[in-house]
Amino acid sequence: MEHYNMNLNLKVWRQKNSNTKGSFKMYRVENISSEMSFLEMFDVLNEQLIEVGEDPIAFDHDCREGICGACSMYIDGKPHGPWHGNTTCQLHMRAFKDGDTIVVEPWRASAFPVIKDLVVDRTAFDRIIQAGGYISVNTGNAVDGNALPINKDKADASFDAAMCIGCGACVAACKNSSAMLFLSAKVSHLALLPQGEPERKSRVLDMVAQMDKEGFGSCTNTGACEATCPKEISISYIAQLNSEYLLAGLTKE
Amino acid sequence: MLDAKIPSGPIENKWTDYKGHCKLVNPTNKRKLEVIVIGTGLAGASAAASLGELGYKVKTFCFQDSPRRAHSIAAQGGINAAKNYQNDGDSTFRLFYDTVKGGDYRSREANVYRLAEVSANIIDQCVAQGVPFAREYGGLLSNRSFGGVQVQRTFYAAGQTGQQLLIGAYQALERQVALGNVTQYSRHEMLEVVIVDGKARGIIARDLVTGKLERHFGHAVVLCSGGYGNVFYLSTNAMGSNVTAAWKAHKAGAFFGNPCYTQIHPTCIPVSGDHQSKLTLMSESLRNDGRIWVPKKQGDNRKPNDIPVDERDYYLERRYPAFGNLVPRDVASRAAKERCDAGYGVGTSKQAVYLDFASAIERYGKIEVTKQGRDANSATHEEIITLGKQVVKEKYGNLFDMYEKITGENPYEVPMRIYPAVHYTMGGLWVDYELMTTVKGMYALGEANFSDHGANRLGASALMQGLADGYFVIPYTIGNYLADEIYSKAISTDHEAFVEAEKKVADRIHTLMNIKGKTSVETFHKRLGKIMWNKCGMARNEKDLQEAIVEIQALRKEFWKDVKILGEINEFNPELDKAGRVADFLELGELMCKDALLRKESCGGHFREESQTEEGEALRQDNEFMYVAAWEFESESSWKLHKEALNYEVIKPTQRSYK
Ligand SMILES: Cc1cc2nc3c(=O)[nH]c(=O)nc-3n(C[C@H](O)[C@H](O)[C@H](O)COP(=O)(O)OP(=O)(O)OC[C@H]3O[C@@H](n4cnc5c(N)ncnc54)[C@H](O)[C@@H]3O)c2cc1C
Ligand code: SF4
Ligand code: FES
Repeated sequence: MEHYNMNLNLKVWRQKNSNTKGSFKMYRVENISSEMSFLEMFDVLNEQLIEVGEDPIAFDHDCREGICGACSMYIDGKPHGPWHGNTTCQLHMRAFKDGDTIVVEPWRASAFPVIKDLVVDRTAFDRIIQAGGYISVNTGNAVDGNALPINKDKADASFDAAMCIGCGACVAACKNSSAMLFLSAKVSHLALLPQGEPERKSRVLDMVAQMDKEGFGSCTNTGACEATCPKEISISYIAQLNSEYLLAGLTKE
Repeated sequence: MLDAKIPSGPIENKWTDYKGHCKLVNPTNKRKLEVIVIGTGLAGASAAASLGELGYKVKTFCFQDSPRRAHSIAAQGGINAAKNYQNDGDSTFRLFYDTVKGGDYRSREANVYRLAEVSANIIDQCVAQGVPFAREYGGLLSNRSFGGVQVQRTFYAAGQTGQQLLIGAYQALERQVALGNVTQYSRHEMLEVVIVDGKARGIIARDLVTGKLERHFGHAVVLCSGGYGNVFYLSTNAMGSNVTAAWKAHKAGAFFGNPCYTQIHPTCIPVSGDHQSKLTLMSESLRNDGRIWVPKKQGDNRKPNDIPVDERDYYLERRYPAFGNLVPRDVASRAAKERCDAGYGVGTSKQAVYLDFASAIERYGKIEVTKQGRDANSATHEEIITLGKQVVKEKYGNLFDMYEKITGENPYEVPMRIYPAVHYTMGGLWVDYELMTTVKGMYALGEANFSDHGANRLGASALMQGLADGYFVIPYTIGNYLADEIYSKAISTDHEAFVEAEKKVADRIHTLMNIKGKTSVETFHKRLGKIMWNKCGMARNEKDLQEAIVEIQALRKEFWKDVKILGEINEFNPELDKAGRVADFLELGELMCKDALLRKESCGGHFREESQTEEGEALRQDNEFMYVAAWEFESESSWKLHKEALNYEVIKPTQRSYK
């Protein structure tokens, strides 16, 4: 792979805190190596800002391996940027060329208020899980792991849904700020397993109710969520969620 | 000598006897007892959920925006358990034996045995929670093998085992939050422990969004704050992983065990430049199929595929014919360093070796052709390679993708370039059999304690330990302590101990902010990392370690004079958070060097150049060093050494050999 260096213009959203209004600010970074990750480019920019005495740009990140779900930048109009099935931290500068101007914003959704700059509050996702995104089993209550064989295809499908990293890109991509892809991934993860069966109905009803309470919008099937999801969670889980929800509603005592 | 309070009796009865005799707390009293859990990784989330289920009033803290993002989420390969589902001769004893041997005879037998004993329950618990482990077509759980063992006991969920286990524990935790048994504090950082009459009674935490300090009372404090590999700046750990919680506990009286024991993982993507912020692991499972080599000629600049097979040095296969590419991590890492130092390294930096899948692709391709009922010779080379690549993709696809995203190179076509990187810390807070530190009522679980892995951890054993500690050990051992606390009323956070602790934290933050120097936190962290890596890394010697101590002391002085932190105290300020962590690393680094200096032997991940065999292998000095070094903090740069003798009653220590 040929490496190259580039100079870039960055248009970055700056916002002091949730009570103040934000705005874009232009920055320039030079000699950025194509081998850097996008966040390493931000590290360079931040060191530059510290040098001149300007507050560094706040952004969420931790693992930088595409798995913790912390990183969350809206880059050139797309959550997590131009690469398909990718997180912000795994985006590398080879995706850009010399002279590019890159626009970087936080996730935008009323259920995800901005904390500072590019950092938003995603605790609504925790509360949705609290509403029923689990199997009620206390420690020590389990039977032998192999006492309950599970069809491999089902287990694999459940795993595919369980890969969701809770990043919120689906919400940020959706014009209605719907959290349906996130929610459906959790519901499907658990509904596809026999262990999830006893709480199947109450789970979906309670989680959907919580989602509505948090102020996420409704789903109009635009598919923007699936297209942007770094873990390529399939939109078919939303269909599954809908039928789970319907069934649960109809058969509720 | 330190007393680990190991129960008497035969090793296989110790834990059962302990559980049968430890004190209990009745349900009504549990509701009056408050427990603080720092950290929501596998250790913390499992502990908090289990304690909440038991009825204790629990508070959890993590610095990320959600408990689900704790660093455990990044674990790839798998989790060990002595289930013997494969009927291949596994047992509690064998897992116990492998772990003690893998740790180069520097761990405590009784703890390791208990770990092996509860390992099977962990898998059951996780399955019940809905963790989607990999399964066979018959619907039963699947296993794979990992380094340093001869049985298949590793359970996994593709390359995302840590994620799935943590999501399971997180969901159990959220359920307790919903039930009101646990209160969750995210984006909070613990910055001090509060000690009243010699017992841990609470913490001071900072709300990272508002910058405000908070006081929290607890009848006990359980630290599950993870490892300190980031003292090296570059490591496979998450960016935020740090030693601060453990370090504050240490300075408040908890002894620090074996700080110099560091695990350097052999297969990580190499450093590509000065901008590098972290290193990415390529799972140990790859060594099942990848072959490691360097050119036979020094400074060979040809492309890897242009170097004929007979001009390649498959140095692990050459040096360790019995284990080949699957030698334990410490051995593989040192061998890579040896080749690169001798001038055989590859890539632009020359600090890398090849991990090559070409032979595996061909081998699998031929098998696939045979599976189609054809003679392998009847297929074209191209056909074989195409089929082989599909098999490799199924096994390691996500890792290959990750490699390509980072390096821009296609590992199906050209060998991966890899180099060792800091990965895990076996050292940590010293704990006794009950996982209690030397401060009463303060516990340490998971990677934060000095743990069950001795001087080297085997793959897939950290997840096992974190969950063993949290689900199955602490629920019993903490009861044994809290049973005597039922008459202790909650202490008001107006108590002078809280006031003092908060003042200490506030003063330190003010001092940091008012230095207003010229150098960024990041710069100091990088410089510390370089000292640690060069002088307290894969190979250590007396001269380097002595120099490192002086250099770290000087760097620390400079930090406190010249660090530049912008922004304000009472706002979201990641630079300030980082500054506090780096300040603690600057103290820990010194202790690690001191510990490494004292231990004039090589064992596991700790390699002292002065103590090696003629063939360059690690040489233990059991007569002198068969102990845990537990350090008591006295004052800046001054520690007192305590020893816990390691008595091997069941396993007889021998020189490890993988030839
Ligand atoms: C890339 C990678 C792959 C790995 N793969 C495997 C594997 O396949 N198998 C295996 O067995 N092991 C593996 N390991 C090791 C294993 O993942 C870790 O040792 C283990 O997950 C640590 O868990 P923990 O609960 O002790 O700590 P962590 O998961 O690190 O959690 C620490 C918690 O403490 C919190 N915290 C820390 N300090 C503070 C503070 N001051 N205040 C408040 N909260 C704080 C954090 O927010 C976090 O919630 C891997 C490690 C890495 C780096
Ligand atoms: S569904 Fe995809 S985009 Fe949405 S939170 Fe999960 S991983 Fe992120
Ligand atoms: S930083 Fe963890 S997913 Fe990007």
